[in-house]
Amino acid sequence: MPDARQPLAEQFATLPQQAEASRLGMWAFLCSEVMFFGGLFLGYIIYRHAYPHAFAVASRETDVLYGTLNTAILLTSSLTMALAVFASKEGQFKEVRHFLIATILLAIAFLGVKALEYTDDFHKHLFPGPMFADAGEPKTQLFFMFYWMMTSLHALHVIIGIGLLSAMTVRSAKNHFSAEYHNPIEITGLYWHFVDIVWIFLYPLLYLINRHS
Amino acid sequence: MNELAPATHTHTSAPAESYLDEHTVRSWLLTTDHKRIGVLYLISIVFYFLVAAVAVGIMRIELLHPHGTLLLNETYNKLFTLHGVLMVWFFLIPSIPSALGNFIIPIMIGARDVAFPKLNLLSWYLFMIGGGFVLYSIMIGGVDTGWTFYTPFSSTYSNTHVLTMVFGVFIAGFSSILTGLNFIITIHKMRAPGMRWFRMPLFLWSLYSTSIILVLATPVLAITLLLMAVERVWGIGIFDPRLGGDPILFQHLFWFYSHPAVYIMVLPSMGVVSELMAAFTRKEVFGYEWVAGASVAIAVVGFLVWGHHMFVSSQSIYAGMVFSILSFIVAVPSGIKVFNWTATLYQGSISFETPMIYALGFIGLFAIGGLTGLFLAALAVDVHVTDTYFVVAHFHYIMVGGAVMGFMGGLHYWWPKITGRLYPEAFGRLAAIVTFIGFNFTFFPQFVMGYLGMPRRYHNYAPEFQVYHVLSTAGASILGIGYLLPVIYLLWSLRYGKKAPANPWHATGLEWQTTSPPPKHNFDETPVVTGPPYDYTEDFEPKPSGVLHA
Amino acid sequence: MKLPFFPIAASHMAERVDRLYLGLLLISAFFLALIFLPMLYFLFKYRRGKMLSHRKLKFATWKLEVIWTLIPLFMLLCLFGWAATIYYDEERPPARTLEAFVVAKQWMWKIQHAEGNREINELHVPTGQAVKLTMTSEDVIHSFYIPAMRLKQDVVPGRYVTEWFEPTRPGTYHLFCAEFCGADHSLMGGNIVVMKPADYQAWLNAGRPVDNLAATGEHLFREFGCSGCHQNSTVVHAPRLEGVFGKPVPLQGGAITTADEQYIRDSILLPASQIAVGYSNVMPSYTGRVSEEQLIQLIAYIKSLGNQTPPEETK
Repeated sequence: MPDARQPLAEQFATLPQQAEASRLGMWAFLCSEVMFFGGLFLGYIIYRHAYPHAFAVASRETDVLYGTLNTAILLTSSLTMALAVFASKEGQFKEVRHFLIATILLAIAFLGVKALEYTDDFHKHLFPGPMFADAGEPKTQLFFMFYWMMTSLHALHVIIGIGLLSAMTVRSAKNHFSAEYHNPIEITGLYWHFVDIVWIFLYPLLYLINRHS
Repeated sequence: MNELAPATHTHTSAPAESYLDEHTVRSWLLTTDHKRIGVLYLISIVFYFLVAAVAVGIMRIELLHPHGTLLLNETYNKLFTLHGVLMVWFFLIPSIPSALGNFIIPIMIGARDVAFPKLNLLSWYLFMIGGGFVLYSIMIGGVDTGWTFYTPFSSTYSNTHVLTMVFGVFIAGFSSILTGLNFIITIHKMRAPGMRWFRMPLFLWSLYSTSIILVLATPVLAITLLLMAVERVWGIGIFDPRLGGDPILFQHLFWFYSHPAVYIMVLPSMGVVSELMAAFTRKEVFGYEWVAGASVAIAVVGFLVWGHHMFVSSQSIYAGMVFSILSFIVAVPSGIKVFNWTATLYQGSISFETPMIYALGFIGLFAIGGLTGLFLAALAVDVHVTDTYFVVAHFHYIMVGGAVMGFMGGLHYWWPKITGRLYPEAFGRLAAIVTFIGFNFTFFPQFVMGYLGMPRRYHNYAPEFQVYHVLSTAGASILGIGYLLPVIYLLWSLRYGKKAPANPWHATGLEWQTTSPPPKHNFDETPVVTGPPYDYTEDFEPKPSGVLHA
Repeated sequence: MKLPFFPIAASHMAERVDRLYLGLLLISAFFLALIFLPMLYFLFKYRRGKMLSHRKLKFATWKLEVIWTLIPLFMLLCLFGWAATIYYDEERPPARTLEAFVVAKQWMWKIQHAEGNREINELHVPTGQAVKLTMTSEDVIHSFYIPAMRLKQDVVPGRYVTEWFEPTRPGTYHLFCAEFCGADHSLMGGNIVVMKPADYQAWLNAGRPVDNLAATGEHLFREFGCSGCHQNSTVVHAPRLEGVFGKPVPLQGGAITTADEQYIRDSILLPASQIAVGYSNVMPSYTGRVSEEQLIQLIAYIKSLGNQTPPEETK
């Protein structure tokens, strides 16, 4: 990994080449991620179409308050992330650290809200299986299969994001970055925005559609 | 590529330190050198290949008799599952991309390494951890679902170690994704000055297309297996018909990955064959742009044909028709390649060294595999032959006849570059011919047997099929010799083989401009590309006997 | 020792499939010749050692490329048409057929004829009449494969699939399971016995039980208490089933479905998921209480009510 003394990895000829390569690398990785979540979204759409009634009933059980709160938190964190990237381009690394820490705190807040919501869901017997609240209607359990799979995989991505953001904060504190070399922060930003966008799709699918039908 | 001649001279006269010079275990296990990682992959896949080959050897002996008594039904089922899982995910998919591709791609484009060397090493470790889980699942009792893991059998009814094996495949999937990612970025961003897209050797085009499939299809497999595993653990899930779930959805998702995966296996071989045709005819590949474009076309259309595995699965007949017509269409770019290779021979100066024999073998077997693919795309015939030995024969013609022949050709072609040693040419030719004969002997009877109605995955079968099974087993023993020979003489050559010159084939391509084996960073000076690939002029005409026999 | 290349063809469809197969073989031979004859010639003529000068080609490369792109494409599309036509006919049963019902389980085929006869791992059918099989599975996916008819259909749990054929030739033919289904997959087979119509009638009469399938279903209809609500009930408001089968059913939420086998099956097992307009969700689920074979009998009964007119609703 390149550091402050030697930011250019040996396989590259120039810093711009390295920056472009890692940016393209992250985009390609995100394409891969889209296909990963895509499999889940496809399954969700197929079953929503097949069993509209059961899915509408089930989605009324999710807690729109938690969902909306988390949407707000994640959107704000995207803003702070964007500001961190912007500041890194300006070479303002003190500000970069502030924004990165803000992003991390928001991410932790997101997970906290999620934990509260999961606890409530458990108490309401919304976890599929023998303990499920309405065991007589298996198709609402299908909805909750998707709910748990989608939100937990998303939360896993948030946790990985926190790891990346922390690494960026530490490296920034160690002066690894400069106005010429800051592209790891930009790459982390790309990843973080992706995590945000996945949630932007999850929120309506799980909390909003057919809520009042 | 006029600077080739002087470059070769400087290297041979003053050997630079080679990437193999360090000998500690640590220097191998912590390496980020793409060449060493390629070698690590090579060793690993050969190991998995041998395990899977032993499994199928036992199966073929069992099948000599209609009611074989050697194995229990369960054992037979576990063997073919093991054979499929190891061959598909731990040999065929990583064979050319991860082993040969890792070694050759950066040198071929004149780079010092891949774009992300640490990810590259990580991908090997993931591959080995995944393989470890698969081997572990076998040691604790095995899995009997078949490599396709169809629900609800895999998720509910099988009481074998499905989770362990699926977890292994899941992890190995991330290894595929990282490798594909690395290749895409490497080919995009790290080409030597002057190497424009249409100056790239065709091997790079085919691996670029392969990498796109790896990156976009593998995650779908990952999520599918994850959903299946969740269903198995909690006893409730989205493929379970008792809950209104649809077991056919699993097949759609599975084949959305696994059909393109067939192209992951065969596209790299096509790339190797293009290289070999140029090098051993001393000509540029006929219709270069068309061959390159065909690779991309196969990768793209390959994503749209998965449903042809499911014509009898109870999907709608109109969906069946759409998938059928697309499957016919995907045959066209494959045909283009075969026609262009044939045309490359025209007015060439053809020599028959081992790699060329493998390449010609590839074309022959791939043509048969491709044409029988039309039988399977043809709806009414597919209804009869799907899930029979006809399908088994067809995909072995593509995957073994195609992908493995290409891999063996490439391995022999680049062996002097990888190891710095020449292999014994006479043995090489012998093995190539034995493989070709043994292969046809093994699998051609299976086409006939399949049309007669012999279902696949059958341990007990009707007696009228026995004669074909005996033929097939006889062929398999010849094929076994064909695979064992190279293992022996290639290992022998590591120690006793003649030292290889930088360019034993007098081939074009940047990989031949550096020493054999290459130095740690591939080139002392970044090469500059000034013309198209395969620029074989009269000056390149080697002596008729070729250097290897000198 | 015999080395057969074609299995016995026991239906017209099998002969059509064989013709298509032969056509494909011929086209394959044509392409193989097209590739390998020039290839062998080139390999011989241009072998190393014969120094030939590299002349420029006299024609444009792209013309050749277009030719060997478009001509195969055209041939492939013709093949598609040929194959798809047969497939379409294979998948569409004619209006009048004999009916039999198949329930697959690990590792046997349980068959019920509409006349009430039941058999295991054997299916008796007459020549000259189309036979339609309605199939489902109790556990995993199986596949009902009759090589002599060139027919195969996966049998999927949770849904009804159909397969039809018209035997032309008396004889006993293999029945295989073609989808891997567990330990004894390769033992899950049996025989299709094709008989002359008179022999078939004799076979049918010899083993015929008192009740046909619909009559057995009617008994079940009372046994399970279905009749309590769906016939003459004054307490519970449940839809009458006369004249329902095969007709469109408007559902709550605006969708309209057809009352086919699948709908009736789902309504018995998962009644809450598709409720007809005007009724409330009061029916209990029969999941686990009614077997696949009983379901088929119940459906046969409800189907037999399909032609009757529903009586006036009693208020």
